Amino acid sequence: MREIAYWQALNEALQEEMERDPNVFLLGEDIGVYGGAYGVTRGLLEKYGPERVMDTAISESAITGAAIGAAMMGKRPVAEIMYVDFMGQAMDQLCNQAAKIRYMFGGKFKAPMVMRTEGGAGRTLGAHHSQSLEHWFTGIPGLKVVMPSTPADAKGLLKASIRDDNPVVFIEHKMLYKEKGPVPDGDHVVPLGVADVKRQGKDVTVVSYSRTVLVALEAAKILEAEGIDVEVIDVRTLAPLDIKTIVDSVKKTNRAVVAHEACKTGGFGGEIGMQIIENAFDYLDGPVKRVAAIDVPIPKSPVLEQYVIPTKDSIIKAVKEALA
Amino acid sequence: MENIPRDKLLGIYECMLRIREFENKIYYLFIDGFIPGTIHLYQGQEAVAAGVCANLRKDDVITSTHRPHGHAIAKGVPSGSLMAEIFGKSTGCCKGKGGSMHVGDIDVGMPPAIAIVAGGIPVAAGMALAFKFQKKNSVAVSFFGEGATNEGVFHETLNMASLWNLPVVYICENNLYAASTHIEKAFKITDIAKRADAYGMPGRTVDGNDAVAVYSAAKEAVEQARAGKGPSLLVCNTYRHGGHSRGDACTYRPKGEKEEWLKKDPLIIMENMLLEAKLLSADGIKAMKEKAEQEMIEASEFAKASPLPAPEQALEDLWA
Ligand SMILES: Cc1ncc(C[n+]2csc(CCOP(=O)(O)OP(=O)(O)O)c2C)c(N)n1
Repeated sequence: MREIAYWQALNEALQEEMERDPNVFLLGEDIGVYGGAYGVTRGLLEKYGPERVMDTAISESAITGAAIGAAMMGKRPVAEIMYVDFMGQAMDQLCNQAAKIRYMFGGKFKAPMVMRTEGGAGRTLGAHHSQSLEHWFTGIPGLKVVMPSTPADAKGLLKASIRDDNPVVFIEHKMLYKEKGPVPDGDHVVPLGVADVKRQGKDVTVVSYSRTVLVALEAAKILEAEGIDVEVIDVRTLAPLDIKTIVDSVKKTNRAVVAHEACKTGGFGGEIGMQIIENAFDYLDGPVKRVAAIDVPIPKSPVLEQYVIPTKDSIIKAVKEALA
Repeated sequence: MENIPRDKLLGIYECMLRIREFENKIYYLFIDGFIPGTIHLYQGQEAVAAGVCANLRKDDVITSTHRPHGHAIAKGVPSGSLMAEIFGKSTGCCKGKGGSMHVGDIDVGMPPAIAIVAGGIPVAAGMALAFKFQKKNSVAVSFFGEGATNEGVFHETLNMASLWNLPVVYICENNLYAASTHIEKAFKITDIAKRADAYGMPGRTVDGNDAVAVYSAAKEAVEQARAGKGPSLLVCNTYRHGGHSRGDACTYRPKGEKEEWLKKDPLIIMENMLLEAKLLSADGIKAMKEKAEQEMIEASEFAKASPLPAPEQALEDLWA
């Protein structure tokens, strides 16, 4: 299969959906002429023109609200918020309007829109450009939350998100844009709400998403040499969560570790862990372990940043604790 | 200019030189791999930081942005601790926790810069509110780019600051582009200072490459605030010489635009003014340049020689 980078996979998804549906349009800061802060919308302004690839002023609240309104009237906007850290500005529109409009009107409206953004640490950009905030959105019923880890998932899930009739928060990871991987040709769509077993194993289940999946796979490789067989589940869609795939795995391995880059307290790992306990308590042979960032803002200095976010070593340690 | 003391003018010029030398140094240190992350440089806009801050006292405060090095130098953050912070070293002004986009030093009246566009605008109002409560005659000054004036919080805050008659000065550095986005693509209006009218405060525009013009206009605004006569908005028209951040090749700029602006380099304008007024000789200029250069060499040596933080330091400073 051909290999392309994560950013290219996303770019293809946008192009294909724009070709397929004339209602799809893009808006956001520096997405046109500049092609996006991480290059995802490169070439799209040239191809589709300024009416479908709209560079906006720095006005996240208005970008989000405009996307909602246009979606309510039949368009399919894909809005980009350059960093998830800037979602603060968009929160009212996203959480009080997009998430609730359909429900509050007794199901009479829909707001089929995608909010693309990116998050995560690793580039030593400091506390305002490195956060993992997915748990802000998973706590709001009415929002779907998607976080792909591979180019194939990035493409397939973005296409599914654009076709979905609900507001979707689509969170990319800044350290994944250049990662390459196989992506099927043709109309590759990955359904929302379906987790993926990225590695089969029998001793312990590591549940993760986004970049941490790759870290977990690295850890699994090292543990394999020590005779520990790790199953790695990529949640892919945090809301709605495919708890069945996770529980099925835990029923097989009887051990569970949840790993993500967001801070531990309030992070989505707590939710996954609790659902495992609710649904598979009798199958667990040990406590569910969490691997997450330390509960501090992401510090700038590379040594501090690396200390705060999860590494393969912290996953290895947690797996061994889960097996102890 | 006639009524500005020579010392003041030389101080402003020296400040501009120091900013230019600092940023030039950072540029090369970045290329050489000494600086992790990204940087947003200030070359071309020196007259704004220097001209405004020449009106401020140590007990006055500023808020700054993702492009804060110039503001930091002008407000008095020592170049060594500033450079070390950008390197992520433990001797940095924020102990390596902030980085380029969050430099500051409260001892000289600069809280850490805020990289969320427009994030400093309400914070400056809050600091001014405290000064008002405390009956201090200190002033808060908020620096931001023209891009920030399209955030809702700019409008919310200007209204509130005006209503509450706060001792705050809003300095909008209009450098024509917010990242790649030209003002024509983000504004229907051309005169951003007019926005002040909507909130009942004075709004003015000055040539932001003319340090003396900036100084004089800011002087009025700062004196007004200090005298309890309320906030104002000062728009300084200027241009950043480099890209928005590291790795920005500026392909969105029309050919020749930068060259035109380089002719209006604020340092050249200031030098010519000082030479013409015979306030400084060519030799004097040369000596000041060498001094600034030497200072920044020392700052970079300090940053290079400084230790990285111990990893466990990440756990400190969360709670008061
Ligand atoms: C709320 C928010 N939105 C977007 C960004 C990304 N961003 C950083 S700087 C910038 C452009 C800022 O332009 P301007 O305010 O004019 O300042 P300049 O860079 O010209 O100094 C953008 C869009 C951000 N940091 N914060």
